[in-house]
Amino acid sequence: MAELLTFIHGLGEEYLGILWPVVWTVIKITVLLLPVMFCVTYLTLAERKVIGWMQVRIGPNRVGFFGVLQPLADAVKLFLKETLIPTRADKVLFFLAPILTFVPALIAWAIIPFNAELVLADINVGVLYMLAISSLGVYGIIIAGWASNNRYAFLGAIRSAAQMVSYEVSMGFTLVPVVMLSGSLNMGDIVDSQQNMWNVIPLLPLFVIYFVSVVAETNRAPFDLPEADPELVAGFNVEYSAMTFGMFFMGEYANMIFVSAVGSIMFLGGWLPPIPLLGFIPGIIWFALKVCILLFVFLWLRATFPRYRYDQLMRLGWKVFLPISLFWILLTGAALHLLGKA
Amino acid sequence: MVSTGKVSISSQIGTFLNSLALRELFAGMGVTLKYMFKPKITIQYPEERTPLSPRFRGEHVLRRYDDGQERCIACKLCEAVCPSQAIYIEIDSKSQGNRRSTFVYEIDNGLCIFCGYCQEACPVEAVVLGPNFEFIAESRAGLVSDKTRLLNNGTRWKAKIDANLAMDAKYR
Repeated sequence: MAELLTFIHGLGEEYLGILWPVVWTVIKITVLLLPVMFCVTYLTLAERKVIGWMQVRIGPNRVGFFGVLQPLADAVKLFLKETLIPTRADKVLFFLAPILTFVPALIAWAIIPFNAELVLADINVGVLYMLAISSLGVYGIIIAGWASNNRYAFLGAIRSAAQMVSYEVSMGFTLVPVVMLSGSLNMGDIVDSQQNMWNVIPLLPLFVIYFVSVVAETNRAPFDLPEADPELVAGFNVEYSAMTFGMFFMGEYANMIFVSAVGSIMFLGGWLPPIPLLGFIPGIIWFALKVCILLFVFLWLRATFPRYRYDQLMRLGWKVFLPISLFWILLTGAALHLLGKA
Repeated sequence: MVSTGKVSISSQIGTFLNSLALRELFAGMGVTLKYMFKPKITIQYPEERTPLSPRFRGEHVLRRYDDGQERCIACKLCEAVCPSQAIYIEIDSKSQGNRRSTFVYEIDNGLCIFCGYCQEACPVEAVVLGPNFEFIAESRAGLVSDKTRLLNNGTRWKAKIDANLAMDAKYR
């Protein structure tokens, strides 16, 4: 493998010269993002299937065997539809908004280590990068609501902004004890520090808080207030159609997969097997398995719980999650000090 | 909890622990997980169908006697009783002997509310609402059934309608 890489590098430098690093980065990005996009499309199918099963239905099964071609059919439909622009919309911002939602969901993937070697950007401030990028997503939604020039869209955007900002706080605080335990902001080092014990064991309440916060952060049911259908029609994306809507949709699903990946790295030991005996199975499979389980919980929650009321949501975020996560930071610090590790 | 009178400390602690452990949420998730593995109740429509009652009121048919003669005697009772005035009848002026028959018999399915009064009014059981509900049309004109189509429907659904009428006869 290493020889092959050196050979490719040599070949590239010979033919492309100084352009080679750029080309190589583009190749790496493509190799990373194609599977992500594949997962996004098939997550939509998985969602419809799982929720169908939980509602004693069978879900889509007409397009291809078991409905496997359904995402393709949906994509074709979205591409062929007309992109409607409201007359009084701000056209530049109207088109910028879906891009601003979709792009952060993809660039955040740069720091995710799929196994010990497979990471696009092995930077020392991985957690900070992740928090920074995930808070960019809210701009797309606010701009979408503003640019649509529609009351429903604007209300949805305001709700979404308030919700994402509040839950980012508690989500960020739940990650602090993890960083304290591992002593590093690098995603790979955080996973390595969990060799003996996954972080979920000492930090179980934080894992629960993290998960609930990211469900709220990604605007998924039961916290999907920004697009609460009965009140706001479709919230911030009410005026969007065709691929502009598709970008919001894909951004939401890419975000779901991303926060599941972060959750499994931070709390569930990333690519590490549950017991060392199972180490012969490649790390990337363990990682994918953990992400899939977390994604299943996302769908499971959506099939189970009714939507939260908005004031309840805010109370939960500020009055319950924030104090508990702050207290746990204190507790972790005290425990580390008493055990003489800090 | 409704606070009527004093609540004991132990039950308060129990409630607190239950809500702290999200017990009810997990119970709810258990229910959905259980249903995920239950047999599915979806009926895959074009291949599978639900059973229809013998009294089901679908598309109209005009029936004939066994010797091929039209049952309808152009009494216009169905036209009179129809609450949405969906039926239009013209009597055949060249009716033979002492028996009248229709020249035009049209039912506008766009107006029809499938109440079945025409069937109730008919003295000779000529117009009957059959078991067919798959008669889409691409225009309003296509929704108007003329006499030929109604008679053809009668031939097509004869066995089913005869059986349904026989089954319902003892309740009339």
